[in-house]
Parts: sequence; C-alpha cells; structure tokens
Amino acid sequence: MNTRYLVPRDTTAIAVGANGVADAVRTALAARGDEATLVRNGSRGAFWLEPLLEIERDGQRVGFGPVDAAEVPEILAMDVARWPRHSRYLGKLEEHPWFAGQTRLTFARAGLDDPLCLESYLARHGFDGLEHALHLPPEDIVDEITRSGLRGRGGAAFPAGIKWQTVLEAPGSEKYIACNADEGDSGTFADRLLMEADPYQLIEGMIIAGLAVGAQQGYIYLRSEYPHTWEVLHTAIGKAEAAGYLGDNIGETDHCFHLELRQGAGAYICGEETAMLESLEGRRGVVRAKPPLPAIQGLFGKPTVVNNVLTLAAAATVMADGAEAYAALGQGRSRGTLTLQLAGNVRQGGLVEIPYGVTLREVLDCYAGGTRSGRPMRAIQVGGPLGAYLHESLWDTPLDYEAFAAAGGMLGHGGVVVFDDTVDMARQARFAMAFCAEESCGKCTPCRLGSVRGTEVIDKIIARDSVAANLSLLEDLCDTMEMGSLCAMGGMTPQPVRSALTYFPEDFA
Amino acid sequence: METERLLAQLLCQYQDTPGGLLPLLQDIQEDLGYIPPESIPGIAEVMNLSAAEVHGVVSFYHDFSTRPGARHSLQVCAAESCQASGGLELEQVARDALGVNFGEVTDDGAVELKKVYCLGNCACSPSVRIDNETYARLDAGRLRALIAGLRTTEERG
Repeated sequence: MNTRYLVPRDTTAIAVGANGVADAVRTALAARGDEATLVRNGSRGAFWLEPLLEIERDGQRVGFGPVDAAEVPEILAMDVARWPRHSRYLGKLEEHPWFAGQTRLTFARAGLDDPLCLESYLARHGFDGLEHALHLPPEDIVDEITRSGLRGRGGAAFPAGIKWQTVLEAPGSEKYIACNADEGDSGTFADRLLMEADPYQLIEGMIIAGLAVGAQQGYIYLRSEYPHTWEVLHTAIGKAEAAGYLGDNIGETDHCFHLELRQGAGAYICGEETAMLESLEGRRGVVRAKPPLPAIQGLFGKPTVVNNVLTLAAAATVMADGAEAYAALGQGRSRGTLTLQLAGNVRQGGLVEIPYGVTLREVLDCYAGGTRSGRPMRAIQVGGPLGAYLHESLWDTPLDYEAFAAAGGMLGHGGVVVFDDTVDMARQARFAMAFCAEESCGKCTPCRLGSVRGTEVIDKIIARDSVAANLSLLEDLCDTMEMGSLCAMGGMTPQPVRSALTYFPEDFA
Repeated sequence: METERLLAQLLCQYQDTPGGLLPLLQDIQEDLGYIPPESIPGIAEVMNLSAAEVHGVVSFYHDFSTRPGARHSLQVCAAESCQASGGLELEQVARDALGVNFGEVTDDGAVELKKVYCLGNCACSPSVRIDNETYARLDAGRLRALIAGLRTTEERG
C-alpha cells in the first residue's frame, strides 16, 4: 500500500504551524516503522484550512484541516472507514465547496505536488506552452497573447499583447524581461503563492516572453519580505538550468534565456514598474517619467517587458491551451480568470480564482464565510492600499476592470481586505496618507509633502478642529495629489481617503 | 580586519554585475548587520559611483541601516489586513512587552522593534516576523509568548 502524506511548505502554512504538523507526521511514521512518504507540497491557497494534511492512498486523496500537530497521531492511527467522522476531515479537496466553484487555471497545479519536482510539473502539462512557443516565430507568440485578451495582473491591467508587441518591434538586440514580484499590497499573496507552489510556471512564462520579444535575459525582482519564496525560486531556477530549460540552447534549440533572481530592500514604491527598474539598476527606487515607456527604454535603457508574476504565469497557460480557451472566460474587456485574495477580517481567507464578472457580494457570500470576529462587515478595501474602501452599496459591482473603475474603485492586484463594524474610517483615511508619506519615493512634491500635510489635516479633523475648513483643504490636497503625481502612489492615495469621506462621513463628524 | 576582507571580497564579486550595488549592499547588511558608514567611499570607488549616490541608496531602502543592528528583530505587520484583524492590539503588546517604541532597540541590544507593511500572510492575519520566521493567526497571548521565548533564548546565550 503506497501512501503519501502531504503537508504544505508555504509561508503562510508554516506561519500557522505546518512545520510542526510535518514533524508530527514524521515522528508518527517513524514510531511504527512506516515507510510512507511525506511530501512538502505547495499550498492550494485555502489558507483558512492550513495547516492542511492530505493523505493519498490507492489513488484516493483526502484532506484534514486545519490540523494541530497534536491531532496528527490520532489521524494517522485511524481506520480509513472512520476518517469521515473526524472533525477535521474535509474529503477530496477538489470536491470541497470552497474549491468546487473555482476555475483554477493559473493555480491549477498549486498545492498538488512538491513545487520543486520537475517531473511532477511535466506530468501536469508543465512546459507544454514553452514546447509550443519554441517552434513558433515571435510574431505568432505575441499574436496568441494578444488574442487571449490577457491584461496585466499587477494592477494597471494593460494589455500584455500590446506591451510585448511594442518590445518586439523596438529596435536593438539587447532586450529584457523583468518580472515584478514586489507584491507589496496588503491583502495580496497570489504572487507569493504561485512562486512557492508552482515556480516553474513563472519560469516558463518568462522564457516564453523572452522568445516572443527576442530577450535573452530575465530578472525576477522579489520583495525581501518573502524569504521563503526566495529559497523556492532560487532552487527552482537552478533545477531549470540543470534540466536545460534556462541558459543556452533551451530544449536543444538555438534559443537562449538566462534568468536572475534579485531581491528588493523593503520599499513599497519599487512595485511601481519604473521604480523597480531603477532598483534593479542598483539605484534609489525613484519613479521615472513616462514616456519613454519601459517597453522602449526600460532596464539599462533597453526595451523591456515588465510584467507581474501572474501575467507571466498566465502566458504559459495561454500558450499551452490556446488564446481562444483563455478568452472564452470572463466578461467585457476582462478576459480569463481573476485571482482574488480574501484577507483581513474573514473566516475563510485564501485565494479564489474565478472568471471575471462575478460580483464582489457573490464572492463574499460563497467564499468568505463571514468575518472572523463574527461582527457585520462594514467596509471592504479592494486593490491594495491605493484602492477605495467600498461601502455595502457598492458590493454588487461586477468584478471586472471597467465596471470597478466606473464604480470609483479599482481591482488592482485583486486584494480584498474586509473590515467589520468596529473600523474607524477616519483612522483608515489617515493611515492611507501616513503610508504614502512613509513610502513615497519623494520625486513628486504633491506626493512627498501632500501626504504629510494630509495626515496632519486628517488629525485636525479627528480632533474636531475647524472641521469644515479642514475637510475642504483635504479635498483640495487630494486634487493636487491626483493631478500632480507621476505614479499611482501619489495619484491614487486619495482614493481610499475620498471613499472614506464619501461613504462613511459619520466617522468624520 | 575581518570587515575589510569581507568588503574586498564582496566588491570583487559585484563590481562587474549590472546593477550590482543593491545585491552588494544586501550582502554587507546580511553579513555585518549594517552598512558601516566608513565603508561607503570605498564602495563608491569600486562601483564607479559617487559616495553621495551610494549613501542615497543606503538611506532610501528600509532594509539598510548604517548602525549596528540588534541581535534579533521583531517586525509587526502594520498594514490594512492586519489592522482589520487585531494587528493594532499586537502593536501595543509588542511595545509593552519590549518596553520600546517602533524603530527602537531594547536597552540590552537584544531586540529591535520594527513595523513592516505586509508579510503576505493576509489570509491569516495578523502576522509578525521574528528574524526569518513568520507567524500568523496571532493574538495578544501568543505574541507575548513568542516575545518571552525570544527573551529566554537571549538569556541562554
């Protein structure tokens, strides 16, 4: 009887005790001389069920979670027939209601195997997209991406095909692929999950991008707050090199692509693409004026594709399954799947991958399971620290880029942070300004100084000091920041502030 | 002398790396716990930069420090997801338990208390990082226990 036990080796899973569970499994197996395998897989993204323990036996795979290390011996000693009566028993994860309604494309492999096992990746259609792309002219790869409707997943939602086309057509032989893995928005962890659970997919997407635009060098800019992700990616790149997927003569063709992992140094602004390029060049992460676009003059002044982790990973899926299959999902100009990350005060936090077009309320009803505090939800911040706080009257907005923008919000990188009714929205508005003051690169005065003044003005409003005059001053300040900042840091910090003022005025009165 | 040898070795390693200043500084920070201010002119010379440029980079990023760090760091996530889930209470617990404010080091030089904006554990907020380990789904009691554990490790040396 060949049994496999699987316990994720994911940052969040470990942060809630997965290593203890893995140790308990090892100890229990050793105690009875059982030679069953313990696999440290990636997480499936149902973090509310972590630490998850899955048991695979005779082709059947079921889960228990969230498991405490102390519960492991009893689970392992249990007769299979009695499993369903255990309080932590979840059955087959694929059939669990939390997963059954999801459309896992980018995250199809997440959590199934040891993320560093190349054989497992290949067995689950890994490198199919690359195999296809290796035998296509660059124009055809770009065309496939364009027809898929894939848009940038980092937040700006720029059509990936158009960006790749621009780099392909840009003159010069030295070009770069720069992967933005500086996932700094609170409430987001999709990039981290993908890199830890399926790192080869990102590598595959980057090689495809390289083939498409004629770039032979790629960089992954990973934030330093993800030390475990670094280890996984570093090992994955080494294994991909050893197996001939990176380096010279990829897959025994004439194509070559080199990939280097770089680390950020704790600056939120380096998630902005031009600040990230500055940082990759070894400078202060100060944003650049556009034009020139990075696609024309990017890293080291050369044409550069700058894409988010999920965009590049999705490119691998598009090349494997075809543009039509990808474009068949979604609505309007938002094609494919959206990866929402349920965070903050929710009972069932985790990663939900679904086609665009479902409403925020439907997602909350289906997946969030209410607040962890048990109190009513009051405000939801979607799209990270620069996203609006959404009042309940906006929760029926469909999750697509245009519909969300029309409602005054932004989907961004898909973070959904839920606050219950104890939240003080004046305090949240103040935090938005204070965060901007802390993280502004300093290039644009309205952002650098406006955020400091914004914090002070909100402090006065909170202290009931000349409220009407200060509210009007705050509006004015928000206008100046929006109109006078080069990037989204200064330009969009007013979003959470204004939404708090508009929809939760009682907290400022 | 040890520091000089390390610097010389790292400078040799990174002087021809495109954009090598950041990884160079990261290695120095990692190995020494800080970037010695007196090393900046030498770094600038080898990397073909001005001392002002190197200083500019060192001072820009939160991860770099020009004074020796504490033996341990406690980073409490202060971003929105943690704010929504009890993180504000943890900030207070950390301050009280260590007797210092954010950005400060305990009197014995053991622990530096810092704020961090997101550790990527937002589905299980609130979260803290102690050195290279992250902890999520925390409450006040568990954070106090973690800090006590850190103190015990310190005393045992």
